Amino acid sequence: MDLKTTYLGLELSHPVVASASPQSSTLEGVLRLADAGAAAVVMASIYEEQIRAEELAVAALSEQGNDSQPEATSYFPAMADAPGVLEARLETLRKSAERAGVPVIASLNGVSTGGWVEFARDLQQAGAAAIELNIYAVPANPYEPSADVEHRYLEIVRQVTAAVSLPVAVKLSPFFSSPANMINQVIVAGASGVVLFNRFYEPDIDLSTLQAQPDLQLSTAYDIRLPLTWIGLISHGFGGSIAATSGVQSRDEVVKYLLAGADVTMATSSLLRHGPEHIKTLVDGLRDWMEERGFSSVAALRGRSAAGLSPAHAEGFLRAQYHTILTTGYPGYPLTQ
Amino acid sequence: MTLDKTMTTPQTTTMDGNSAVAHVAYRVNEVCAIYPITPSSPMAELADSWSDQGLRNIWGAIPEVQEMQAESGAAGAVHGALQSGALTTTFTASQGLMLMLPNMYKIAGELTPTVFHVAARALAAGASSIFGDHQDIMAARPTGFAILGAASVQEGHDLALIAQAATLAARVPFIHFTDGFRTSHEYNKLTLIPDAVVRVMIDDELVHAHRKRALSPERPFMRGTWQNPDTYFQTREAVNPYYAKVPGIVETAMAQFASLTGRHYAPFIYSGPADAERVVISMGSGAEIVRETARWMNTSGEKVGALQVMLYRPFSIELFIKALPASVKSIAVLDRTKEPGAPMEPLHADVLSVLAEAFAEGRIAAMPRVIGGRYGLSSKDFTPGMVKAVFDELLKPKPKNHFTLGINDDLGHTSLTYDASLDIEPASTVRCLFYGLGADGTVGANKSSVKILSEAQDRFAQAYFEYDSHKSGAETISHLRFGTAPISAPYHIRHADFIACHKFDFLFKRDVLSAANPGVTFLLNSPYGPDEVWDKLPRTVQEQIVDKKLRFFAIDATGVAMRIGLGPRVNTILQTCFFHLSNVLPPDEAIAQIKHFVEKTYGAKGHAVVKLNFAAVDAAIAALHEVEVPAKASGTLEIPPIVPLSAPDFVRKVTGEIMAGRGDSIPVSLLPADGTFPGGTTQYEKRNIAVEVPIWEPDLCLQCGQCSIVCPHSVIRAKTYSTEALAGAPDGFKSAPVNARGYPDSYYTLQVHVEDCTGCGVCVENCPAISESGDARRAINMGEKRPILEQERESMGFFEQLPMPPRERVNYANVRGVQFLEPLFEFSGACAGCGETPYLSLLSQLFGDRLQIANATGCSAIYAANTPAHAYKANADGRGVAWSNSLFEDGAEFGLGFRLAVDKQTELARDLLQKLAPRVGEELARDLLAATQFSESDYAAQRARVVALKQHLSPIDEPDAKSLLSVADFLVRRSVWSVGGDGWAYDIGYGGLDHVLAQGRNLNVLVLDTEVYSNTGGQSSKATPLGASAKFAAAGKRTPRKDLAMQAIAYGNVYVAQIAIGANPEQALIALREAEAYKGSSLILAYSQCIAHGIDMRTGMKQQARAVASGYWPLFRFDPTMRNSGLNPFRLDSTRPRIPLEEYAYRELRYKTLTRTHPESAAEMLRQAEAAAMERYRNYEDLAARDGSRFLPHWESLA
Repeated sequence: MDLKTTYLGLELSHPVVASASPQSSTLEGVLRLADAGAAAVVMASIYEEQIRAEELAVAALSEQGNDSQPEATSYFPAMADAPGVLEARLETLRKSAERAGVPVIASLNGVSTGGWVEFARDLQQAGAAAIELNIYAVPANPYEPSADVEHRYLEIVRQVTAAVSLPVAVKLSPFFSSPANMINQVIVAGASGVVLFNRFYEPDIDLSTLQAQPDLQLSTAYDIRLPLTWIGLISHGFGGSIAATSGVQSRDEVVKYLLAGADVTMATSSLLRHGPEHIKTLVDGLRDWMEERGFSSVAALRGRSAAGLSPAHAEGFLRAQYHTILTTGYPGYPLTQ
Repeated sequence: MTLDKTMTTPQTTTMDGNSAVAHVAYRVNEVCAIYPITPSSPMAELADSWSDQGLRNIWGAIPEVQEMQAESGAAGAVHGALQSGALTTTFTASQGLMLMLPNMYKIAGELTPTVFHVAARALAAGASSIFGDHQDIMAARPTGFAILGAASVQEGHDLALIAQAATLAARVPFIHFTDGFRTSHEYNKLTLIPDAVVRVMIDDELVHAHRKRALSPERPFMRGTWQNPDTYFQTREAVNPYYAKVPGIVETAMAQFASLTGRHYAPFIYSGPADAERVVISMGSGAEIVRETARWMNTSGEKVGALQVMLYRPFSIELFIKALPASVKSIAVLDRTKEPGAPMEPLHADVLSVLAEAFAEGRIAAMPRVIGGRYGLSSKDFTPGMVKAVFDELLKPKPKNHFTLGINDDLGHTSLTYDASLDIEPASTVRCLFYGLGADGTVGANKSSVKILSEAQDRFAQAYFEYDSHKSGAETISHLRFGTAPISAPYHIRHADFIACHKFDFLFKRDVLSAANPGVTFLLNSPYGPDEVWDKLPRTVQEQIVDKKLRFFAIDATGVAMRIGLGPRVNTILQTCFFHLSNVLPPDEAIAQIKHFVEKTYGAKGHAVVKLNFAAVDAAIAALHEVEVPAKASGTLEIPPIVPLSAPDFVRKVTGEIMAGRGDSIPVSLLPADGTFPGGTTQYEKRNIAVEVPIWEPDLCLQCGQCSIVCPHSVIRAKTYSTEALAGAPDGFKSAPVNARGYPDSYYTLQVHVEDCTGCGVCVENCPAISESGDARRAINMGEKRPILEQERESMGFFEQLPMPPRERVNYANVRGVQFLEPLFEFSGACAGCGETPYLSLLSQLFGDRLQIANATGCSAIYAANTPAHAYKANADGRGVAWSNSLFEDGAEFGLGFRLAVDKQTELARDLLQKLAPRVGEELARDLLAATQFSESDYAAQRARVVALKQHLSPIDEPDAKSLLSVADFLVRRSVWSVGGDGWAYDIGYGGLDHVLAQGRNLNVLVLDTEVYSNTGGQSSKATPLGASAKFAAAGKRTPRKDLAMQAIAYGNVYVAQIAIGANPEQALIALREAEAYKGSSLILAYSQCIAHGIDMRTGMKQQARAVASGYWPLFRFDPTMRNSGLNPFRLDSTRPRIPLEEYAYRELRYKTLTRTHPESAAEMLRQAEAAAMERYRNYEDLAARDGSRFLPHWESLA
């Protein structure tokens, strides 16, 4: 059974990758994921804003009270060689890359153009196997045309890919007027692949404070539908790698994503729920399914259900749901006429 | 890697005295056993930090640095390490040295080589002081330690090595000291001793010999036996030959050092003409001033000499006589110490007796006249003018003996008058003064400036810093000198070539420009632009600028800093302006150097911080403006009196003068001889340090008291009053109808004492009332103070005259009620957002008018009682908190002493009352003796009875009646508390606390638990939690905090509670009241956030809530009286953990920092910490679930 796959030019032993999450924020976490059998690990995102804010906070808090009274010129131990906030993260990446035994992909979320490029260079230097640009920006400005948003994305991709020699993947949101076109443009701009899709963490409102607050909900198997649709639509003949993310709970989702045309599937929620050991369940499940269905390799399986294979396949992706609803109504709400 | 990687050739650098000493001590020792104490702590901290970084000593080993529980413990560990053959040192001062004395006798008696590095400091007497003098050194002089004293940073560095070399050769242990603060904290340029020189100076054969003398089962012997009248005496005398050799050994080491470095020293260093007739003898940094003044006088044709005593013990008569010029006719000996009752101070006595003996034995031809005097206690500035006065005194036919310098002793008339303006410094030295705020970074900037200014080979610089007595809003004065010759001027700058005032308000508080030389530059950080600033200056300041023809520059550095995002830190901006205006370096070079230091200082903290500071440098010059100075002063603004004219006489004449920075001029007669001061002086300070203050919104307010109970500085007060009381209220006075049922026609006001507020914002964070309009407004919000100040002053005045609600009508059981009790602890000097002070405020509200506090040394003693700011006060009836601080280590014993005395005198009062019942009235006596003293109305009634009793007793002229009169006040039950921090309770005072709790006496102990030594700057204590970083536990503490509560609970008869006012104020309130009511001992552990936790202090109370919610800090009460009803005395008052520990811990830098510095162990430590917290919680839960019979019997009934 050949489970091998290639993602961003990286040879992977199978198509289950541990996605960026709190689990992959420490060396110990990355090693645990790698030891549990992840084909590659995407490290927890480095957020430029967070790094810069943390640097300022650390500086302010560690200097609080310094040189203010004669008995104490400081309140924290002097650590001359202590790494800065960014340096510490890069060090974790460096050690993870050295010791994981599988490719470690760095994930980056920048704010400023300079920040994207500068951080990407740092990540390359620290030994990342590839870089995933996690372009997570809510385009909430009603005066910003969608073309400008797209241009901003593409400019980041151009600048980063020009600055580093590593393969770069772009994690996109589904909310573009023409997602397929946007995905293609990203590749044209220099990216080696895309990660579909970024989930926006919609906030809830706290009824005691009356304020919006983050409310992180782990994904469920149902959440594969949106990425599955678009992967299925664009994968055939696509010029870069495709990683499918969201909803990978069991081997079924792995198989479905591969059938739609993904090169790798990325798991987060199920690993948070069940622990890194769940990777083995996913990979074993994939192998069992392939055996049951007589597939000898992932390559043979990949894209078997993609829209581009035939008009019939395309019909399934483009019209099936619409057609079903027109004829039978929503589940539980049959048409009365 | 050794400490200095390139240390084969001498390097010059600029550092403070502590660093200079530690640089040597670290390299020549294997073990350092220490305990933090000001001003020596930085030496130990540096050693610990180097050890943590893996830096090695000259033998290639990483020295082991061990923090102990007390100096007595440190000395014990040093003794043990020495006896086991390790080269061992310690760093200490003052009270610490006192605690080491017993072991020092042992170490010396056993002829053990070691060097104790001391930053010499005053001793606690009528008052305590952290500042420098030689009282501690002098108290240690009989121990048998040799004493070697340095006068400067360079000498501190060099003598540290000479002492080490000498102790190994002599086998006599050494104290090597620098003057605390004056040298230990002075930055000066010095030449570092290369490793190669250290290697040559330290003879490995002697090290091996030391090891060979150590205990070893391979060659066993017994040392430290007990002896009897037959042999002890001879044993003491047997050491004499070793002591006799010490001066020679020191001389030899100094000679060897000179041959290696070119720097010459001697046990006694004479400077001056060989035929000098007048000589002044001194020791420590003062010797440098004597030498420089003598040199200056000699240039004017005088013939005077200075003799520095470097090796004070053993005192070599021979070398002393040899050093003294034979021509000398009169000598003045200066002692930086005080020995009350002695015929003279020790150095004076030594010199006199040595000369007398030499003269008697014919070793000198004539006996010079010898006088002596005291100077410089507690770092009192010692100046050339004073030295000249001494030399001049020696010219007089009858010079004053036993004189004092630098004070106005109008009581004993011991003072010498001196010329305070005498200036002996060379014209090449440029002198600069910077007035700043602790929080604005002025001191930090000057620490980098001094390094920049001395960077070049031929440039020298010196910096020294003064601080005031507050932890929040502290005023600092930086004294910075630089020039082309070495700077030997260890005293304050009184003639400045540049003055910068970094806080505009200072101009209205102290005389900033008095030191300005004519025509120099004055830089002011001003919120007013160049066109309007002149009219905003006090008239006296205008006059100084005009009269002295100063060039005047202004910059709104605060505005620039805020714009850039630097907050209050104006340091980099003003430092850039200083370099620009002083023109000491070419502009480009200055900018480059500042940026270099910014990079060096902040580089490790990240790009963002460096970028902000670079932006500050770049923005500075553009914002700097020269102000056109008019021909004459025209201002109308006057500097207001520092305290109101209505203040008591003492406050105006003493307290106010100290507040104005004129404490040095207060004559002896005005100061209390026994350390007794009035409390409540903080009310006169009106420091106005906050830019933003809380502003009350009556319409939104729930009148719940949640803001006032958490206010660290007791600035938020509440009163209710009748409608009529509102008559005459000034416009803008805010009030709202009382919202509780049953109070018609009553009004409520929440008044903020904005002038005393630090602007911490804790109250706002704790306010539960939220505006319905959705604009995030609460019932109390931070707003700019300046526009409301005048209005608020009027409102405060009106509010203060409103009557306090009668205590007997207040409901003590809840927060809403307690807000109406007057705090008798207010406006302390604590940090903004302090987590300790709300408990003290509450304590004073609940029991303040019958409260007696024994305060262990620590933050709580400093912010409450650092003269002139005394925070405990009396109420309108004249009753209030009686407070005293003994030492750090004896807070519990001191409190127990209170209790014993109170109980004894109460017993006496009751006995006498029974006896005198027929005279004072049987009914009154019966009521007094049988009074239930539990509620406020009980106390009010008992007080009235005591007044009646006194009235009956006053006319009776009989011994028993007079005696009863003297103890009648004890018939009102007194509330006795020991208060202190965790450093005291868990470490240095633990043995005493344990003993005191075991006695079952009615003493209440409140531990303000910051889990770290807060006062001395964040050193680890045994309360420090697992996984938190602190000094001496930089890589994270490896063990959980001690469960002091369970240890006390184990006695069975101690009331114990763990509280967190930010998590559950009602529980805290109940615990304090239960503890106070309990007739035995009680112990309360109070969670107290601290800046050493690395949190935004504004959010401190929320962090307390998280500590409880995570299960880390469970709330509980163990009340032994519950046993009387057969109930379980242990009640767990908080719920099971409901948030992960990480959610609490990783909001604090002390935990979070490890994820950067030690990422691999950080996660493991967090796991362990969580497991430890959970296990502890389970233990408490098990205890709470037990049947009431499963506890030790309650012994109250047996007592």
